[in-house]
Amino acid sequence: MEWLFFIPLAVLALATAVLVILLRNPIYCALALVGTFFALSGLYLLLQAEFVAVVQVIIYAGAIMVLFLFVIMLLDVGHEPPPWLRQDRPKLVLGLGLVALLVLELAVAIGSWIAPGIRGPYTSDYINAVGNTQLIGRLLFTEFLIPFEITSIILLIAIVGAMVLARR
Amino acid sequence: MPGPAFFVVMLAKIAVVFGLMLLSVAYLTWLERKVISDFQVRLGPMRVGPHGLLQPIADGIKLMFKEDIIPQAADRTIYVLAPTLALIPAFISFAVIPFGDRVRLFGQSIDMVISDVNIGLLYLFGVASLGVYGIVLGGWASNNKYALLGGLRSAAQMISYELSMGLSVVGVLMLSQSLSLVRIVGAQSKAWFILLQPIGFLIFLICAIAETNRAPFDLPEAETELVAGFHVEYSSMKFAMYFMAEYANMITVAALATTLFLGGWRGPFLPPVVWFLAKLYLVIFLFIWLRATLPRFRYDQLMQFGWKVLLPLALANIVITAAFVALR
Repeated sequence: MEWLFFIPLAVLALATAVLVILLRNPIYCALALVGTFFALSGLYLLLQAEFVAVVQVIIYAGAIMVLFLFVIMLLDVGHEPPPWLRQDRPKLVLGLGLVALLVLELAVAIGSWIAPGIRGPYTSDYINAVGNTQLIGRLLFTEFLIPFEITSIILLIAIVGAMVLARR
Repeated sequence: MPGPAFFVVMLAKIAVVFGLMLLSVAYLTWLERKVISDFQVRLGPMRVGPHGLLQPIADGIKLMFKEDIIPQAADRTIYVLAPTLALIPAFISFAVIPFGDRVRLFGQSIDMVISDVNIGLLYLFGVASLGVYGIVLGGWASNNKYALLGGLRSAAQMISYELSMGLSVVGVLMLSQSLSLVRIVGAQSKAWFILLQPIGFLIFLICAIAETNRAPFDLPEAETELVAGFHVEYSSMKFAMYFMAEYANMITVAALATTLFLGGWRGPFLPPVVWFLAKLYLVIFLFIWLRATLPRFRYDQLMQFGWKVLLPLALANIVITAAFVALR
């Protein structure tokens, strides 16, 4: 039953992610990325992480990508050929090198102890009993309080920095 | 409930809600024109049917038969897609709103809500945040400066006010301890949240009007500045879809205001569904009343108000509510 939803979502996520790089019109690229976010949100739902799934849509699809579109439209970014079509040898080599590194990392991660077998203290029965929003909230304000606060300070610094730069 | 019965009940609920929603959207246009004409001491639509009651049907037929124009320089794919992107979120957001108490029918207990999900409120905000795509993409795809500016204004406005809207309901969440709208209604059995969260309600209402792009926040379609705004190039059913989306959004935010602050379907004597509809239409009437009364904001005023008044107020409301909940 889970496969019935997992495979279409996974295919959708991969296909839209590839389209983000392949399409020429930047608006279409941005929309393809929204598609990716939706597919990922669906995958989170399959993992019974409803809170993460919806927050993914609210923040990425609903806010960040709208701002992306905003900037693309205001700057009127032209229909340039995508980078992989341009004859730019050094960047191409660098890019392929990074891809090779990523594939290697993935192979190590999937093939070894990182992905399979290890289970955290929170089973899905426990999460469903407490409610996953409640559980995330509790953990953020207890176990992960300091990382949480540091993240918010980093974001605050970014906001203040943007204001300072804009005022110049 | 056994599998097949579950599906039948679910489909029936979806069909009824969807049908009622379409009917309400059609007749809201009539209601709005009638109420506004009353405010302006004139009659409004009177010719088609008694008191113009058949006007929405005539309008619908007219819109369907109008010529569908696509500008030559438009981006055809997105131009065609955009009205649908505006309409779908407007309709699917109603799925989590409870419109009545549990009833027993043919020996089955049926919840008067399409789906009671444990993150109901977040789902609503998620879907609502997608509505902006239809508007901003429609404005861009038309390849028209007025339309583009209207679309961008709308995007800026919706993002700004969504933030305050989200913060204004945090007080309700703290009091009800749940994101499920069914439980939020349940938590209001003693007192409606409008009594405990008056500032939250006010902020929510203002943001709701801004979110639905209605007067006095209808800047995306300010006729004097932008002709018709993002939908200036749209005609026929595509234009009608934008129109329907606006009215459907109005129903949804009114239903949300009812559910979060006005006790949902709760009320004495009358059946719950009647109470729900009565409160819903009261909020909608308020929206129309405001449109008839208030002049439009200027763009910089709108942004100043959203970021420098509503947002700090919403944050203060959260701090005060949190203090009360902690001390209780």
